[in-house]
Amino acid sequence: MAATLATVRSRSGDRHHRGAGRWFVLAGAVVVALLVVAPLLVMLLNAFKSPDDYTQHGPLSLPTSLYLDGLVNFWQRTEFPVKLWNSFFISAVVAVAACALSLLNAYAIGIGRIKGRMWVVLLFLLANMLPQEALIYPLFDMARQVGLSNSQWSVIIIFTVIQSAFGTYLLASVLGTFPPALLEAAALDGAGRWRILWRVVFPIVRPTLMVLMIFFFIWTWNEFFIPLVMLTTNDTQTIPIALASLQGDRMMDAPTTNAGALVSLVPALVFFLIFQRTLTRGVTAGAVK
Amino acid sequence: MTATLSPPAAASRADARTRRRRRGTTLPYLAYLLPGAVLFVLVIGYPLVTNVYISLFSWRGGLAPLTWVGLDNYTELWHDAAFWTSFQNSVAMIVAMVLVPTVIGLLLAAVLFDYLGRRFGARVASVLRATYYLPQILPVAVAGVLWNWILNAQTGALNEILRAVGVADPPNWLGDPSTALPSVMLVLIWVQIGYPVVIFMAALQRVDPELYEAAELDGAGWWRRFRAITIPQIRPETFVVTLTCTVAALKVFGPIYVLTRGGPESSTLVPSYYSYLNFFDKSRVGYGAAVATVLTVVILVVAVVILALQTRAERAEEVGR
Repeated sequence: MAATLATVRSRSGDRHHRGAGRWFVLAGAVVVALLVVAPLLVMLLNAFKSPDDYTQHGPLSLPTSLYLDGLVNFWQRTEFPVKLWNSFFISAVVAVAACALSLLNAYAIGIGRIKGRMWVVLLFLLANMLPQEALIYPLFDMARQVGLSNSQWSVIIIFTVIQSAFGTYLLASVLGTFPPALLEAAALDGAGRWRILWRVVFPIVRPTLMVLMIFFFIWTWNEFFIPLVMLTTNDTQTIPIALASLQGDRMMDAPTTNAGALVSLVPALVFFLIFQRTLTRGVTAGAVK
Repeated sequence: MTATLSPPAAASRADARTRRRRRGTTLPYLAYLLPGAVLFVLVIGYPLVTNVYISLFSWRGGLAPLTWVGLDNYTELWHDAAFWTSFQNSVAMIVAMVLVPTVIGLLLAAVLFDYLGRRFGARVASVLRATYYLPQILPVAVAGVLWNWILNAQTGALNEILRAVGVADPPNWLGDPSTALPSVMLVLIWVQIGYPVVIFMAALQRVDPELYEAAELDGAGWWRRFRAITIPQIRPETFVVTLTCTVAALKVFGPIYVLTRGGPESSTLVPSYYSYLNFFDKSRVGYGAAVATVLTVVILVVAVVILALQTRAERAEEVGR
């Protein structure tokens, strides 16, 4: 990093020299990029390398043969398909429900312009910043009292509210600039509030909702603390919890750890790659606002 | 979305019109807030208040009896060395998750955007940006498990490499109280670095290129342009990054849980983990609730201060214009 800084500084002032200097800057930026990917490359190298191969040739060598026991070991011990479904189910339901809730809230605040809406928005914003530790014990207790302990529905309800706090904050400001002419035209046509919400407002904010939904999905997928506390048995847990709970296990050798980390990050990565374009588009749409 | 936007003047006029038309008709909209409000109270409001209430009791959790102790938990906190250590470590977390990533991210974004992007094409810049962002996509547990293995004293990749190049006795990175905190900080910098780069690069696209061209014609070098144009122009984004990352740094839990569990000898203990420890490990629920309450107050105060500073800076800018 210091190197980048130094090269950058030495370059200042000589805009007409397009010579060697730019290669130094590029090299600096590439070095930083390599430092960032290095741990991931090491993971990839060692996910399919046998323990013997690892002790003999170390972490940087290419595996001499394809060793799949680590992956199989992790897959079976965590019952990976169950964890994958749990993670997917929780994240998907939260993403859809939190978007719906955000839209309803934001409709009242941004279009309905209810009294004290500034304070309501501020409340939602601050709620999003609360440490989950300040909610967890009462939530844990409440879940037990209503028979939802160790239930994915408790996690779903909690994250729907937490994510929609952010969604409400964002959507309310988007809907605050909603063209009134459209609403007036719809009202003249005799459309009620409910119809206006679904027929006029919803189609127009759909790109923003898509972006929110993707964010909610990824955020919920990556969540750690609340699932760790609320989901206590193997059949309800999510991928991050399963991975973390295998730690310290004597069976966790290098290939099992690395293969486990690898398959655990693949779903998030795939999801991100699929929706990357939607994200960039949505962010630009937001920027126009 | 752009097509439906009316120009600002027309919008505000139309806005006033609607407000007049709808005076007294906002009441029915409250029905749309009802589900959100009920759930909000149930999942956030009630638990938050209950947590503060619990912090006034000595309680072993579950069906055990609650004993009223007033503010005793808080006086105990005041004299608890581990509690103070945890907040000291929060400062280290802010250095690792806010200060370093924001400074480095600002430089990287500027270098990518107006230096490398212009000389090597936008594609090079966007590939580098995507690479920096990669750790942000990983579930935090995955990042933690990976680094835990890399930094493992006996079998970890880093020490294997060090031994191979002749270091006889490489450090026990996460197991030694003197290296654990710096190691955790490095991991967090690695995780965070991509976030400011992406935000700042998006922000730079908003800046008028003519500003740079004019400065360049006046003979201002890269460094002066960076300080005189880039930094002031993207101040709003810097505030957003500072606010979100500071809150995240104060709340950090997952990486600590996976990397060190607060150890060794509390050298990486943070408030969130300390309250978790009291809730579920030591069965001192009242005490854990007190830690969580203090953390909540600290976070809200910090957030409000940053928001207030932002508002003041915006106002100062408007006056200066």
